[in-house]
Amino acid sequence: MKKNWWKVVAAVCVLYTIIAGFLFKVPAQPILHETIRNLYFHVPMWFSMMTILFVSLWHSIKYLSKSAIESDIVASQAAHTGMLVGFLGLVTGSIWAKYTWGAWWVADTKLNGAAITMLIYLAYFVLRGSIDEEQKRARIAAVYNIFAYVMLIVFLLILPRMNDSLHPGNGGNPGFNKYDLDSTMRMVFYPAVIGWILLTVWIFTLRVRLEKVKQKLLYND
Amino acid sequence: MKVLFNQIKYLVAKEIKLEMRNKYALGGILLYVVSTIFVSYLSFKSIVTPSVWNALFWIILLFASINAIAKSFINETKGKLLYLYTLANPQAVILSKIIYNSLLLIVLSALCLLFYSIFVGNLIQDYSLFLLTLLLGSCGFSSLLTMVSAIASKTNNNFTLMAILSFPIMIPLLMVLIKLSKNAIDGLEHWDVNYLLVLVFINVIIIALSYLLFRYLWRE
Repeated sequence: MKKNWWKVVAAVCVLYTIIAGFLFKVPAQPILHETIRNLYFHVPMWFSMMTILFVSLWHSIKYLSKSAIESDIVASQAAHTGMLVGFLGLVTGSIWAKYTWGAWWVADTKLNGAAITMLIYLAYFVLRGSIDEEQKRARIAAVYNIFAYVMLIVFLLILPRMNDSLHPGNGGNPGFNKYDLDSTMRMVFYPAVIGWILLTVWIFTLRVRLEKVKQKLLYND
Repeated sequence: MKVLFNQIKYLVAKEIKLEMRNKYALGGILLYVVSTIFVSYLSFKSIVTPSVWNALFWIILLFASINAIAKSFINETKGKLLYLYTLANPQAVILSKIIYNSLLLIVLSALCLLFYSIFVGNLIQDYSLFLLTLLLGSCGFSSLLTMVSAIASKTNNNFTLMAILSFPIMIPLLMVLIKLSKNAIDGLEHWDVNYLLVLVFINVIIIALSYLLFRYLWRE
């Protein structure tokens, strides 16, 4: 139990986010209305994705320096988990966009950046699938993963700041901190970020364990 | 460091010599560009909308570059690469390939611009910015595609993978290029220095990554 305290924190934070996120008072704003609650679900998804993809990058670098196959398993499973939360981020964003902008998808720098990020990582999985030899696959995938993360930084953090964007917090649009004058939203938002990130890490550790068991079975047969 | 520079010099000279020896590869790429431009001429006659002109130009150049650079590692035989690695530093190999491919793409993009202007029309107002964009774009394309070609050459179906790996990763670069060249076409008075800086930054970072990571790629 001592080792697993963070899982308790994750469960409590996510439960709190869901209850408080739907029930607590939010600032009344034109156009946004109740959709502002999406902040507690959509934004933490991207935070979790960046965190977990950074874990993936870290283990790819570690693989290149140590050549332990375990790092490769961790890196690939982290990328898988990153895709899961990235997909959830796209879905929650899309639903929000339907009610505020009136369309499921618009051609916007930030949105396209997110979509291309998914493509880059899907290409990473295709690359992994096309090499049979284990060590070679691990090495080459690690090199591509480092490339992919750098391009992701350019895409998600640099380009949207330079272009006009519809997305809140970019291109002169106010982010939530402008609306949240009495900090009621912060009381939910910060636990939400912590909760979703920890939950993502939890999913990731389970995936790593499952993959290791699979590998073990494969070699014992 | 001096050894590295010498090796790069020899390797670039070797690449140029090899290219000159069998000109059909170079001729094939040129024919590819010219025939694509001719097809667009037949279907568009002449283009007067700046955004369409710009988009079509970069699409033609993008595909031509992928075709031109895909062969840089994929077509090399294993024995030849092994021989090369026993003689030269792997860093020298990748840097020389990037330099050679940059030269190739600079020539290719200049010719592409020439034929494109003749057939489809020319809307550029600010030539210095457009040419600068083209130069930086050629370097960026070549460094990215050379590295992707090195990655793809290690896989089982490398030509398909070359396209799959390079398209998404090239889009940040391509977006900056399209934005800058659109400014050049419109002849804006002030150069958007931020975009130029991002372009230089992307170039530098890709070359630095290739330099650092290539030594993990070449080993079998």
